[in-house]
Amino acid sequence: MTEPILSTNGLCKSFGQLSAVDDVSVDIRAGSITGLIGPNGAGKSTFFNLLTGALPPDAGSVRLEGRDVTGLSPDRLFALGLGRTFQIPRPFARMSVLENVMLAPTGQAGETVTGPFLRRARIAAQEREIRQKALDVLDFVTLGALADHPAGKISGGQMKLLELARVLMGEPRLILLDEPAAGVNPVLTETLIEKIEALNRQGTSFVIIEHDMDFVMRHCDPVIALAQGRVVFEGTSDEALMNPVLLDAYLGAKAEDA
Amino acid sequence: MIGVISYLVFFATTASILAIAVLGLNLQWGNTGLFNGGVVAFFGAGAYGTLILGGTPQAGHLGGFELIYPLALLGGMVLAGAMAWIVGLLTLRLRHDYLAIATFGVAVAFENLMRNAEWLAGGAKGVRGFERPLRDALGDGFTYNLVFFAGVLCVLICVYFFLERLVASPFGRLLRAIREDEEAAQSLGKSPARVRLTAFVTGSVILGLAGGLYGTFYAFVSPQDVLPTLTFQIWAMLIVGGAGNNRGAILGAFLIWGAWTASGWALSRFAPVEAQLYTGSVQFVLIGAVIVGMLLWRPQGLFPERLVVSQTGITPQKEQGA
Repeated sequence: MTEPILSTNGLCKSFGQLSAVDDVSVDIRAGSITGLIGPNGAGKSTFFNLLTGALPPDAGSVRLEGRDVTGLSPDRLFALGLGRTFQIPRPFARMSVLENVMLAPTGQAGETVTGPFLRRARIAAQEREIRQKALDVLDFVTLGALADHPAGKISGGQMKLLELARVLMGEPRLILLDEPAAGVNPVLTETLIEKIEALNRQGTSFVIIEHDMDFVMRHCDPVIALAQGRVVFEGTSDEALMNPVLLDAYLGAKAEDA
Repeated sequence: MIGVISYLVFFATTASILAIAVLGLNLQWGNTGLFNGGVVAFFGAGAYGTLILGGTPQAGHLGGFELIYPLALLGGMVLAGAMAWIVGLLTLRLRHDYLAIATFGVAVAFENLMRNAEWLAGGAKGVRGFERPLRDALGDGFTYNLVFFAGVLCVLICVYFFLERLVASPFGRLLRAIREDEEAAQSLGKSPARVRLTAFVTGSVILGLAGGLYGTFYAFVSPQDVLPTLTFQIWAMLIVGGAGNNRGAILGAFLIWGAWTASGWALSRFAPVEAQLYTGSVQFVLIGAVIVGMLLWRPQGLFPERLVVSQTGITPQKEQGA
């Protein structure tokens, strides 16, 4: 078996008395679309925040492609190939959709006070390149026509696509998506899945938090389930459907209304 | 007639100097979202720095370095920048209103230091003994003021174009992203702490430049010049003109300074004698009312920020269908 793209060992995080993530050790298979499920408050988003460096873990370690990245800041992790989107979209509202996307590439020469005056030619060339790439990425996520709109004025579903587009500019090898389908209309959800699967075929790995079990069963494999901060299940989506504990605790109710 | 022109030049010089300060604050607040409640401290650092570095020796306090004028002015800017760097490092973790409170405290501390530390900058008496540049050649009259105004105007134009290019560059995009959502920007590989500090120091250097010119114009600075009132006036100028828009910032400076001087004149002329004592307070109330009124009815200012589509600088066509 190949080396996991991301693995955690004994990861813990508590807030006061509440143990949000409790001794979680998992391996994310390279090239997979891994589903992360669990009831509300199970610690899924906290787990994501530990992986991306948004929160420091109390204990345990995170390895990205074999390299210990525990405690690195989110900006460093993005540069190392780890992208993430948020449960509630966080567009740069008073910036255009295109600018939102053009922001993302790291190592831009024009991101200093003196750069715009001393390295004009280099920056102009770089900007042309980034702009073209941003337009291509926006076309890919079907937002091309909205490039010059304020990002705060597009729909919630479009914002989720925009977040994906921003992340793609960094060419990450692993993308963490927090509830990409929540509150998004079915047509946009289909578009999103299509894009995720296309990217996955090109080698990008995904971890997806999702409450829509239909979505998880059809598109995610393997599946990891958390409850009260602990891993309660790890296996294929088929096994998840057969697991009585999961069915009882979580899937049963959800599967019925799906 | 010459009296009116002379006064207009005097007015325009002060307004232009304040406009430079508003541009500095605009970089911090309008572009980066940094709530600097202590504008006057950095303005004051520039003024005191320039006068102490460029002035003649004074008994009893620091000064008399007699540097040539451009170096003295530059020194004032460096002083303001250095102060901003230290304040910025200390307050880096503070957001929004907390940053405003902390920087406001810094400004009050600065004023108190200047008022009480006589060995440093003359205490309440302020710093004198500064020879204005080119005074030998131009004298003290109208010609001097006209030339000085031209100089200030040139500086204002340079600062304007510097900032316009800066905010239209990838750096400006970075500032706006930090303003809009720091956490999201960090998830996209940006370092908010570094960007905030850079913007805070750069804006404060511009505030220091304005302060240096202000000190030069009056050849005098005292603790009375660094009272919190000035912070609020500069904020009012930015809010009225339009945060995030450099042209708005300049327009706001001229409008508010015009309203301030006009109201002062009108009150001294028409208010009943027994009310004359309170005209200063009435002016403060007016400034406060203008800020509140703008925030209620036109929070984006007279010249709202324009949406930058990309670095080609195109503004969007109005609402084409989504």
